[in-house]
Amino acid sequence: MSETDASTEDRPSEGMGAAVSRDEDVPLLRGEGTYTADVSLPGTAWLGICRSEHAHARLVDVDTSEAEAMDDVLAVFTGADVEDSGVPNTIPTAWMLPGLVTPQYKILAVDKVRHEGRAVAAVVAESVHAARDAVDRIDVEYEPLEFATDPVEAVEADLPPVHDDAADNVAFDFELGDADAVDEAFADADRTASVDLRQPRLIPNAMEPRAALADWNETTGGLRLWTTSQNPHLHRMLLSAGTLGLPENRIQVIAPEVGGGFGSKIYHYPDEAITAWCSMQLGRPVKWQASRAEGYLTDCHGRDHVTSAEIALDDDGTIRGVRVETHAGLGAQLSQFATATPSYLYATILSGEYAIPAIHCRVVGAFTNTTPVDAYRGAGRAEGIYVIERLVDVAARELELDPAELRRRNQIPPGEFPYETAAAVVYDSGEYERAMDVALEHVGYEELRERQAELREEGRYLGIGLANFVESAGLSPSGVAGELGAAAGGWESSIVRFDSTGTVTVLVGTADQGQGHRTTYAQVVAEELGVSLEDVEVVEGDTDRIPQGMGTYGSRSASVGGGAIARGAREVREKAREIAAHQLEAEADDLEFADGEFRIAGAPDRSMHVQEIAAEAYLGHNLPEGMDPGLEVTNFYDPENFTFPFGTHVAVVEVDPETGEIEIERYVAVDDCGEIINPMIVEGQVHGGIAQGIGAALYEGGAYDDDGHLRTRRMDEYAVPHATMLPDFETDTTVTPSPHNPLGVKGVGESATIAAAPTVVSAVVDALEPFDVDHLDMPITPETVWRATRGGE
Amino acid sequence: MAAHDISLTVNGTEHRLTVEPRTLLLTVLREELGYTGANFGCDTGRCGACTVRLDGEAIKSCLRFAVQADGAEVETVEGLAPEGELTPLQEQFREHHGLQCGYCTPGMVMTADTYLRDAEAPTREEIREAIEGNLCRCTGYHNIVDAIEATAAKRGEER
Repeated sequence: MSETDASTEDRPSEGMGAAVSRDEDVPLLRGEGTYTADVSLPGTAWLGICRSEHAHARLVDVDTSEAEAMDDVLAVFTGADVEDSGVPNTIPTAWMLPGLVTPQYKILAVDKVRHEGRAVAAVVAESVHAARDAVDRIDVEYEPLEFATDPVEAVEADLPPVHDDAADNVAFDFELGDADAVDEAFADADRTASVDLRQPRLIPNAMEPRAALADWNETTGGLRLWTTSQNPHLHRMLLSAGTLGLPENRIQVIAPEVGGGFGSKIYHYPDEAITAWCSMQLGRPVKWQASRAEGYLTDCHGRDHVTSAEIALDDDGTIRGVRVETHAGLGAQLSQFATATPSYLYATILSGEYAIPAIHCRVVGAFTNTTPVDAYRGAGRAEGIYVIERLVDVAARELELDPAELRRRNQIPPGEFPYETAAAVVYDSGEYERAMDVALEHVGYEELRERQAELREEGRYLGIGLANFVESAGLSPSGVAGELGAAAGGWESSIVRFDSTGTVTVLVGTADQGQGHRTTYAQVVAEELGVSLEDVEVVEGDTDRIPQGMGTYGSRSASVGGGAIARGAREVREKAREIAAHQLEAEADDLEFADGEFRIAGAPDRSMHVQEIAAEAYLGHNLPEGMDPGLEVTNFYDPENFTFPFGTHVAVVEVDPETGEIEIERYVAVDDCGEIINPMIVEGQVHGGIAQGIGAALYEGGAYDDDGHLRTRRMDEYAVPHATMLPDFETDTTVTPSPHNPLGVKGVGESATIAAAPTVVSAVVDALEPFDVDHLDMPITPETVWRATRGGE
Repeated sequence: MAAHDISLTVNGTEHRLTVEPRTLLLTVLREELGYTGANFGCDTGRCGACTVRLDGEAIKSCLRFAVQADGAEVETVEGLAPEGELTPLQEQFREHHGLQCGYCTPGMVMTADTYLRDAEAPTREEIREAIEGNLCRCTGYHNIVDAIEATAAKRGEER
């Protein structure tokens, strides 16, 4: 599929739609990429962080004397030292909800620790070894307290609360939709079906551990901070307004190459604040790199939902209503988007691809004595689509309808867009049935059902699972975000600049972690300005070079960042047109633009190339009257709506009931992410997304033991899939442009993760239909299957 | 702690240095000698981001103490291709979009490069087994397998 698509002869060579190889790759392949840990400054000291061994405990005493006396130890700091320094010391919540309890989140713990891994004290030493040795010598006396790691238990059991100002551990109690309409729908419908499910916590495991290098300049009062960030400008703002109180214009945040993020590098963590604060205390550069174990304990986890969901339908399969109640674990502190993820990002997608007249969702956000939980690839949308797709599968069983057919009967038809769902969002565009048909046809759905029946006769269990998904991407229109409680806007900013010699420099506030922005953005510029890719330089990840930005998360870079670049480039082009018209003595409207050349219509020999115009713009000798010199545009693009990518994924599995083993035989993904800038990169995003979705479905799943310790804290305890655990992928795309995005793009960063988990669960449960298995919770391990085929023992 | 004098030949250049017994080969390569291609990824030898060649064998440099490598020939990703160029394998990684964030890539390339020395016409399953000690969180491996398969196929054609 995709391979033939990519080799079609009429594809453009460089601009929109071209599968150009990535500009990023040559240095990365040669080992010349500069990640945060690769940056060295003379005189750098190393930071080690002493972390709580308890889920919940009073800090009776933190004795640092032995550590302080060690060779090569420069200083040891506790939470009290940070408090005494007078910095604001608050990692803020970036999304408020009605009634939200917001306990202060300090950079080092004071009085209490509320989760294992919480930072208690910091050591700065001459070497990484010395820092780690000294951490081991810090003597922390704990008085352990009872704790809860499960979001339901946290709310329902009588336990000492995580925070005193939330006595029942409820951070928020959120509702969306019309409860009365749902009650009515359930009363009127012919049938109902339900499912109780858990979506376990996922641990992001970007291959690059988080890291920071801080360089405080006492003389200028300026801070330079290299850090593993998906949004350096957000980090700059939070360091200024939240943790350190430095003027924003004295902070430079640099996110060089970032080795994967998947959400985990959005947030302002205690660690980079401690690193910076220590540099300020000592007047030396200070460097910190998380060990993988620290990553497991402190990178924000994802998911952690416990849900009861019901669906009401008529006998013909028409869905009448959906009712969902979820307990969402938030962890011990509110990370920046911890509140938005299980509320608006979750409840608003519960309509999936379907026309559902009544939806109601209640979410209880619970403090737990665990690592903070926040957005992880697919955030909220993954959890919501999982719920609706599991409900549709369960309903298909109830109605004895083919699961694809039930889906087809409820898909929102193409003529209904823009479509306002009962979950309070307006889908921009969609051709849902077309994508599903492409997927079903490709996999050979009808034949597979026949083969499944034949194999069952032989005692073999084939499962065919599918999921349809919609993603709300392109986070987000600022006005909408503001109405819903966000403390930040959802715009993106670009500067598109012709240099005086004709090359183009693009500065943009998104921040790549492997997505290939430099290549895709250059393609957008090549398309809009008719210059070659080699003439375009895209700069990201340095707040001193790029004045403003929001960053990369929520599948927003192509649509919002790309939108800002396209709009900026178009403005540049129009200014160039005015200059060309002036110098060619023509009307601007009479100039045609193609391949970088402005030509007078009907007089093809009279033309000017845009790069020649750039030189004229900077010479300034001969410009239209009143026009300022230069050829550079700053653009802030604030989208009018989210974009809504969609698609259908199908998995074919064979399950061995004797061993419980699951083999994925085929995996077919059809994604519609609107217009495609670079099909190779889109396919890569889909592949990686599928891998993380399959990981969630079959292998991953963070868990705490009865002592409140993270049981999955190493790579041999938490199964990040390796190459033999995943199949080859078969991918295809349909193209339904977003009508409101300047490029028609929708985004694709999270789609496949959202789709893959319900797809694979659907397939395994389908295989186990003869055993009366209607649902299995993730991760579905061989043991899960083995037990399920034996009546759940 | 007692220090040890060791010598390491990295990409053909000999280095003499003094290390603590607990210092990892990876740490020496990165922090002492400036070969930052190999990356630190995990504490347990599971991820392979630190893979280099030691006397011709692909190893995880976070599982070796520097003193264990005394007198050895080490090859890192920086030594594979001449300045500014790519090896045929690296070219195929680029052609097939076998990397995204690039953090696992040096280790992945070292493992694959070493594997391809002896593998004639490997199947996709064999390739997957060969790289199963190198984790990638971005690509889902499909395109990495494509890149390695294509490298082997091209080499087969040229023979």
